[in-house]
Amino acid sequence: MNLRKTWVAMFGLLCMLGVLLIGCSKKENTEQSSNASEEKAATPAPAATPIDPSTVASVSGTVKFDGAAPKAAKIDMSQDPACKGTNTAETVVADGGNLANVFVYVKDGLGDRTFDVPKDSVVIDQEGCRYHPHVLGVMAGQNVEIKNADETTHNIHPTPKDNREWNESQPPKAAPIEKSFAREEVMLPVKCNQHPWMKMYVNVVKSPFYAVTDKDGKYEIKGLPPGDYTLAFVHEKLGEQDQKVTVAAKDSKTVDTTFKAGGM
Amino acid sequence: MGIGAHSDVSIKDSPSSQGAHLKSLATPYNRALHRFAISVSCCTFLLIIAGALVTSNDAGLSVPDWPTSFGSLYKIPHLVGGVKFEHTHRMIAQFVGFLTIILCLWLWRAEPRRWMRQLGFVALGLVIVQGVLGGITVLYFLPPAVSSAHAAIAQTFFCLTVLIAIFTGRRFIEEVPRIELDKNRPTLITLTLLSIFVLYVQLILGAMFRHHGLSWWPHVLNAVSVCVVLTWTAIRALSLYSKIQPVRRPAMLMLWLLLAQLCVGFLAFQTRVAWGKDAVQPELPMVISTVAHVAIGALLLATAVVLAVEVWRHVPVAFEERVHSSQQKPVAV
Repeated sequence: MNLRKTWVAMFGLLCMLGVLLIGCSKKENTEQSSNASEEKAATPAPAATPIDPSTVASVSGTVKFDGAAPKAAKIDMSQDPACKGTNTAETVVADGGNLANVFVYVKDGLGDRTFDVPKDSVVIDQEGCRYHPHVLGVMAGQNVEIKNADETTHNIHPTPKDNREWNESQPPKAAPIEKSFAREEVMLPVKCNQHPWMKMYVNVVKSPFYAVTDKDGKYEIKGLPPGDYTLAFVHEKLGEQDQKVTVAAKDSKTVDTTFKAGGM
Repeated sequence: MGIGAHSDVSIKDSPSSQGAHLKSLATPYNRALHRFAISVSCCTFLLIIAGALVTSNDAGLSVPDWPTSFGSLYKIPHLVGGVKFEHTHRMIAQFVGFLTIILCLWLWRAEPRRWMRQLGFVALGLVIVQGVLGGITVLYFLPPAVSSAHAAIAQTFFCLTVLIAIFTGRRFIEEVPRIELDKNRPTLITLTLLSIFVLYVQLILGAMFRHHGLSWWPHVLNAVSVCVVLTWTAIRALSLYSKIQPVRRPAMLMLWLLLAQLCVGFLAFQTRVAWGKDAVQPELPMVISTVAHVAIGALLLATAVVLAVEVWRHVPVAFEERVHSSQQKPVAV
């Protein structure tokens, strides 16, 4: 075979492979789609739909974990002498069968209702080279204040699917970083590339009807207008479970759910 | 059909063997330049390891800005956590860039061979492109295609520095090549080029997997073709041309590196895909095995390139000149 032809053929094949792989590249597509939806988000939000406070109901309950809870993985923080504190991962926290860090929100049933974005900021603190809290709920457009209480530099790097990605470093004693997320996105991972064990999840929703289970697996959603709803229970590792619930005026319903160990 | 088995086939000597004596007279061996070229390729190998450490430790974005590091071009940040890997990689990269500028200028000033001077400029161009790609990976949050291109160009640049080191060596300049014509099909040079090709594809697939652009299975699947092609090439070289030392050595090395790469690749797969899937942070066995896999991969690619050059030089293809049968009629005397 002619040597030059062999070279040309191989180079051509490599170029084709390169084009194919670029086509398969996920992140760039996400970037484009997020730019497109950013324009949508730029339109002014309509006025909030009024809710009669005398009729509002509440939903509460407990999220259980069925099965033997996995042993929390140890974190090695020796990379940075400034990192001290609890050194176990928070992937599945299930004390006594009660599952913490489950994000519960009204997924469906609110129709075209709109809600005012709270003026108060929600806070993410970095202390002991960990994020506090591990799972956070926030309304789309609400201010998120990120603080650094550690004697080391962190970088805060959300890796969203539908929101804009950013990566900023925050030295010790620096002023809080203030950000917001424009679009609804559940279990949006946030990580620190300087301390690779540092990971948390931000949940961005359009309504104020959400909660995160505490260490006893308990949650409570207040101020719901009467109606039929779908509640979603989302865990970073165990996935999502949905439950239907109907609440009448001034109702107080209990909705419990259980995640099975096999879901991991 | 074997060459010479047919009446209308004749064999000619390859032009690559011509002028070997003249070349050795025209190009004096420059020991300092050769040693410097070796140093550049060693530093580049170190840089590849440093880059692999960044990826394996998930530290690619621990320094969020570029070309500055935490806002400064010269200030060394506190080297802890991911910054230790990322900033060390940047510092070695700057050093290699600086060495490449010197190498390019040195070749331009001291090298009588025009193509060698051009090779110096190609190396400089590649190192600049590589630096810019590294910056884009930081500024655009590690897009898989760009990060993979950064990984592939790193190894291309490494191969180039190895070639420059070989081309400036005493043996390459002063030795009169021992020529043996290759009459087999496919030719050995075709096999070596095919080896480079499958290795390059493997490199891209591996890089895409490491940078979360592809699943692991295309890389594992292509490992089969890498094994077949490289073994075929090495066995052909060793069985037919083992008397030619410059061909035998890289062929032998390629086989050993392939074996090592398969073992380390298996370990890397186990520690990353099988055992390390749910790890809360990069674990040491995964980091060691994946970095070793990248490093041996770079050595394997460079060895295949060196083998191709030596085969090109020592085992030229015997090409056929077909003469039309009507022109071969015996002439009556």
